[in-house]
Amino acid sequence: MKTYGEKTKGCFNNMEKLLKILVDNPRLTNAQIAAMVDLTETEVSDKIAEYEKNGVICGYKTVINWEKLEQTEKVTAIIELRVTPRMNTGFEAIADEIMAFEEVESVTLMSGGYDFSVCVTGQTFQGIAMFVAKRLAPLDSVVSTTTHFVLKKYKEDGIIISSGVEDERGADVL
Amino acid sequence: MMDYQSLLNRTARDIPPSGIRKFFDIAAEMDDVISLSVGEPDFPTPWHIRDAGIESLQNGRTRYSPNKGFTALCREICDYYKRKFRLEYNYKSDVVVTVGGSEAIDLAMRALISPGDEVLVPQPSFVCYAPIAELIGGKVVTIVTKQENGFRLTPDELRKKITDKTKLLILPYPNNPTGGVMRREDLEAIAEVIRDTNIMVLADEIYCELTYNGIPHVSFAEIDGMKERTIVVNGFSKAYAMTGWRLGYALGPEPIISIMTKIHQYAIMCAPTTAQYAAIEALRNGDDDIDKMRDEYDLRRKLIVSGFRELGFDCFEPEGAFYIFPCIKNTGMTSEEFCEKLLYHRHVAVVPGTAFGECGEGYIRVSYAYSMSHINEALRRIKLFLNDEKGIKN
Repeated sequence: MKTYGEKTKGCFNNMEKLLKILVDNPRLTNAQIAAMVDLTETEVSDKIAEYEKNGVICGYKTVINWEKLEQTEKVTAIIELRVTPRMNTGFEAIADEIMAFEEVESVTLMSGGYDFSVCVTGQTFQGIAMFVAKRLAPLDSVVSTTTHFVLKKYKEDGIIISSGVEDERGADVL
Repeated sequence: MMDYQSLLNRTARDIPPSGIRKFFDIAAEMDDVISLSVGEPDFPTPWHIRDAGIESLQNGRTRYSPNKGFTALCREICDYYKRKFRLEYNYKSDVVVTVGGSEAIDLAMRALISPGDEVLVPQPSFVCYAPIAELIGGKVVTIVTKQENGFRLTPDELRKKITDKTKLLILPYPNNPTGGVMRREDLEAIAEVIRDTNIMVLADEIYCELTYNGIPHVSFAEIDGMKERTIVVNGFSKAYAMTGWRLGYALGPEPIISIMTKIHQYAIMCAPTTAQYAAIEALRNGDDDIDKMRDEYDLRRKLIVSGFRELGFDCFEPEGAFYIFPCIKNTGMTSEEFCEKLLYHRHVAVVPGTAFGECGEGYIRVSYAYSMSHINEALRRIKLFLNDEKGIKN
């Protein structure tokens, strides 16, 4: 029988907690994080350095709603890529080639009707179309491409970026 | 021309309105206000619980329930108290399902208090106890709890306030607004004081699922000999993020619960049935949701306590609920002044401690039922506010 106060599933250990805090609230200081996970500030910075070194933490990212910046044109497309895996290297060497392009934001190997999902950004629809036609499609092993332009982003990396949801809690209720 | 003032019930008319109303009216008119003022979870009700409510509507289960609540729900409530606190209640006679914990508090007082009876209310505490007692003609006797005692009720302070007219002691723990939690030994000491009296106890346990640092909530009814004199009040609002469903309950001795049910029958009929269906699901399958929310509150609690201490406030570390109650005396401002200036100058809304009793002077209540980025922004603004104030003084 589970009794009250017992640690239950769903609770994180301190290190998992640290990572979860970094993912959800990357702008907190190490001192703030230290207070939250019952470690010292030095222990937190050491641990983060260790995670960065061994590749657990791969980078830090800011999620931006580009639509809010009128002067900045940004177009994103998701490209479905069907490829023929190569002898010996399979999908890996192809992925290496694709991700080397700076226009490419993400490359994911998929199950189902196509092989790679490639997210590409550019300044214009035309620019992305040209990139697909001149760079991606001609690659050895690429059998076909299907390009889907992103019209509007609602949520990215767990962050809601386009929503009219407001805190509607009544402030006069104690 | 009607003279309404002379027509109104004198007691109701003379109860002072909530002092914080004007703040929130001001805040509502301002743009860009960061509020740390509300007393309800920021999480939505977990989906499976909402689904149970939706399903009951889809199946047309939209009629009254029995006055005391659905039998299935009464059973689940009793099972819950057995599972969590090893307390045995009879689902047929010892429980009444109410419109929020608030109605249960109202019913308990109306069932017990006759004009002239004294009601002991530890403060700072939730705002409803004194007005409800006064409406019935009860005499409110406050007991001030102190930060140095962890805002817990001590036996000495209790003993001093007991008279031959004392009818009821309110035990509001885990406490809103202080976050104070009574441990088992604290409750045992209180039990010793009242053991040979006729004093009844209303244990408001609405925050019982939200305690931290591994300190478990202990129900006063668990203490030896106390079950027979305790009305336990609880509900679904805080634990399951179900504030708007308005569902609570009371557990206690049959002769009292039956009178409470009688009043409830005439005043309310029954608690909303959609909410009752959802609550059954919450009690059956909601433990993991509570764990997740509690973990999240705990992180925020640590963030905000360290943040306020960093800013130079003497901040009691709360062990329960989702508020901090920092002392602001070192700013030289009263609670109201502090809150009003902070709202006007830096657009942060917090609640003056005086809203929870006169003894809350020198304190503010800050809710951490908000996202960490929201809390962080509020801390940043409060820091700027304190710098502004220092600048003005120098």
